[in-house]
Amino acid sequence: MALFNLNINGKSQQVDVDPATPVLWVLRDHLDLVGTKFGCGISQCGACTIHLDGNAVRSCQLPISAAEGAQITTIEGLSENGEHPVQQAWMEHDVPQCGYCQAGQIMTAAALLQRNPNPSDEEIENAMNGNICRCGTYLRIKAAVKTASQKL
Amino acid sequence: MTTVNTKLNRRSFLKVSALAGGGMMLSFSWLAGCKPTEEEALGLPKEWFELNSYIKIGENGAVTLYSPNPEFGSNIKTSMPMILAEELDTDWKNVWVEQADFYPERFDRQFTGGSQGIRQGWTPLRTAGATARAMLVAAAAQSWNVPANEITTSAGILEHKASGKKAHYGEMASLAATLEIPEEVELKDISDFKIIGKSKKNVDGEKIVSGKPLFAIDHKVEGMKYAAIVHPPAFGMRLKSFDKSSVMGMPGIQDVFSINVFKDDYVQNFFDTTTFPEIVAIVGNSTWEVMQAKKNLVAEWEKAPETKFKMAGFGGNSMDVTVPSGLENTSSHKSRMAEFIKNPGTVVRKDGDPEGMFKKAAKVIERTYSAPFLAHNTMEPMNCFADVKGDKAVIYGPTQAPEFIMGTLSSSLGIPKENIQINLARMGGGFGRRAYSHHMVEAALISQKIQAPVKMVYTREDDMTDGVYRPTYSATYRAALDENNNLLALHVKAGGIPESPLHANRFPAGALDHYLAESWDISSNITIGAFRAPRSNFIAGAEQSFLDELAEEMGKDPIEFRLELLKRAETDPVGSNNDYDPKRYAGVLQLVKEKSNWNQAQSNVHRGVSAYFCHNSYVAEVVDTVIKDNKPVVESVYAAVDCGIVINPDSAANMGEGAIVDGIGNAFFGELAFNNGVPTKTNFDTYRMIRQKEAPKKIEVHFVESTENPTGLGEPLFPPVFAALANSLYKATGKRYYEQPIAPQLEMENLRM
Repeated sequence: MALFNLNINGKSQQVDVDPATPVLWVLRDHLDLVGTKFGCGISQCGACTIHLDGNAVRSCQLPISAAEGAQITTIEGLSENGEHPVQQAWMEHDVPQCGYCQAGQIMTAAALLQRNPNPSDEEIENAMNGNICRCGTYLRIKAAVKTASQKL
Repeated sequence: MTTVNTKLNRRSFLKVSALAGGGMMLSFSWLAGCKPTEEEALGLPKEWFELNSYIKIGENGAVTLYSPNPEFGSNIKTSMPMILAEELDTDWKNVWVEQADFYPERFDRQFTGGSQGIRQGWTPLRTAGATARAMLVAAAAQSWNVPANEITTSAGILEHKASGKKAHYGEMASLAATLEIPEEVELKDISDFKIIGKSKKNVDGEKIVSGKPLFAIDHKVEGMKYAAIVHPPAFGMRLKSFDKSSVMGMPGIQDVFSINVFKDDYVQNFFDTTTFPEIVAIVGNSTWEVMQAKKNLVAEWEKAPETKFKMAGFGGNSMDVTVPSGLENTSSHKSRMAEFIKNPGTVVRKDGDPEGMFKKAAKVIERTYSAPFLAHNTMEPMNCFADVKGDKAVIYGPTQAPEFIMGTLSSSLGIPKENIQINLARMGGGFGRRAYSHHMVEAALISQKIQAPVKMVYTREDDMTDGVYRPTYSATYRAALDENNNLLALHVKAGGIPESPLHANRFPAGALDHYLAESWDISSNITIGAFRAPRSNFIAGAEQSFLDELAEEMGKDPIEFRLELLKRAETDPVGSNNDYDPKRYAGVLQLVKEKSNWNQAQSNVHRGVSAYFCHNSYVAEVVDTVIKDNKPVVESVYAAVDCGIVINPDSAANMGEGAIVDGIGNAFFGELAFNNGVPTKTNFDTYRMIRQKEAPKKIEVHFVESTENPTGLGEPLFPPVFAALANSLYKATGKRYYEQPIAPQLEMENLRM
């Protein structure tokens, strides 16, 4: 066990956990930020996507020891009340079915638009390819990313 | 207007207050209502008045509607309340929706599966809405001293035009709640619908996109422990022993013990399919710590003997179930299936003289299709929260079928049903997998053992290797043609491990004078169960691929060929058990033909068509593929659907799009194999799922305009896409695809996937 000072969604947080604990489980079990989801544990599905200094990363294999000093943003911190353009576009296109993967999809999309505000179809497909949606809402996801890009 | 008798679904009218004494009525605050829109919406009232099990109205006119069925993504949590709101004649913007928990005393059929939610909920929900409306009208009539039949309603407002009296529902709710329930109520004319047929956004949309805790895996209470499970490494094996000391010293680990899902004398029900009845549970302080301990657990496993047990079937009959011993392999599955394909099966339907026709045929075409086991792979792995203390239990978990696990929970815990409360979590996908809810029993037994609340979570590897899979199937189709390429007879022989996929009375049965259907099955200890459109999800692909090949052989357009057969089934049907309506079937083919501009296909676009009827709905689909840089790309999919009245059109289209993507993904990539009983894939690095790049570039879902009562949508768009894709790929590559998954065969042709 060790103490870690973290910056999560603009707030300083301290946790006392095994240094190998992935950020995903620190968020979910220790800090009650459960919007970030567990899907596969091996960075293959993208359900656990968060922002680390603005970049989309998979939190399920990121040890907490590697996250100290970085700005962590989770779905809960993307906006106060779901007013981020990506979240708004997700609602406008009524994207979710079961909804489980969508926080990860939204975090990946928000990071994409941050570095590339006007992505082409191919760029969207490439950026979003790491996020599995078992319900198959891919077309709406793509349409929502385009809508969000127009509103940014 | 239609008059319905409210006695038909009397339990819908039990009021919450009437139940509170007997049940455990728990209030799950995080499930509390969510408003579809903030625009001019009413705030929370000071007091609610219950009109029936589904509806309560606040003094300010706000309405809460309970959605009875568990939500796994088909959006019934929006569409079922839309039906209530329509007949209640309220304004959707003032509606809160809450997920009902499991209360069989109050609600009919709290089961999500078989695409039956809307179909079977249609009349009860309309009746419940209309009854509440009638009670509000009666209350207004009494208050204003005017005849009830002179009072009109609209968007939550009661009005008596002659006297100029007007009130919103909230003003009459307290009186209405005390009135007798009318014996008969009138339902609206379809042409008067204001909510049904108008797209409404997902009532949980904002919560989903902002990461609110909606799923059982998100749940946490004070003092809650975490649990992981360890199950046998292979089908055909069981626990022999485990070494507690191998994990007890590890950080955060509190206890390790084995649990048995079933009591010895328990008679299983149909949905009690449990992969491994005895497993090891590891309990600790956090998910990560119990998952670490799981890797360290030293356990010995042994080969399980053949087991026999009784299973309660439908209609009070019980079945003897035998689970064979042994460690099974995909290669031996294939060779055993090949034997069954050669031998005669059990005749399930026979019309005319098919054998005679095959004898005199000028040409016989025979093709065999196959598909592997599939894992459901819901994005949210199996998990459950349970809090069992003394003789009371609260279970909160993802289940499609609370009713089917209640008896198991009661037996295994030794706690009477009335002391067990099952609360229904939003599910991170279901696809049939969560109709089998032994994860709830596992969590409950763990909690009972430690007498503390616990959240048990499967790893992805557990979820994929502890499955209730889609079976592996095979179907052999034969057609007898005369010298002029006229179709004389059709023969299908289909089977699987451990069940046959055959629906013998479906199309093209009924359209052919000479038809033979045979079935076979091979027993197995690999657990199987419902997977989106059970059996149809394979047999549709086989049948519709064969019809495509047959049409080509006969020199006919594939749509025209199907329409000819359907015309025959309509005008002069063969046999009397045909379980489809040929006119509606033909209707979707005609619609997809029009919407896809079938007769004006673009060059370089390769088109395939398919149509299927299952789960009471009719679907035809056209898939267009192109080859770009040696890569097959699904450019467009056109779907035509007849599911009667469409409740929530945009959401219905979403469901259709998802089913099409799911089908294309499983056709290309879906596969689970076994090596000595061990599933060969354990996570998404090897189990390939369809991703953004492989999804079609465009999907259009068109609905047949209809006034028929609504039928389901979760499943019917899934089965036909397998053949539409295969038929399209045939046009693109010149090769027929008889085996799933298709992608490895494309790669052999140097087409990258």
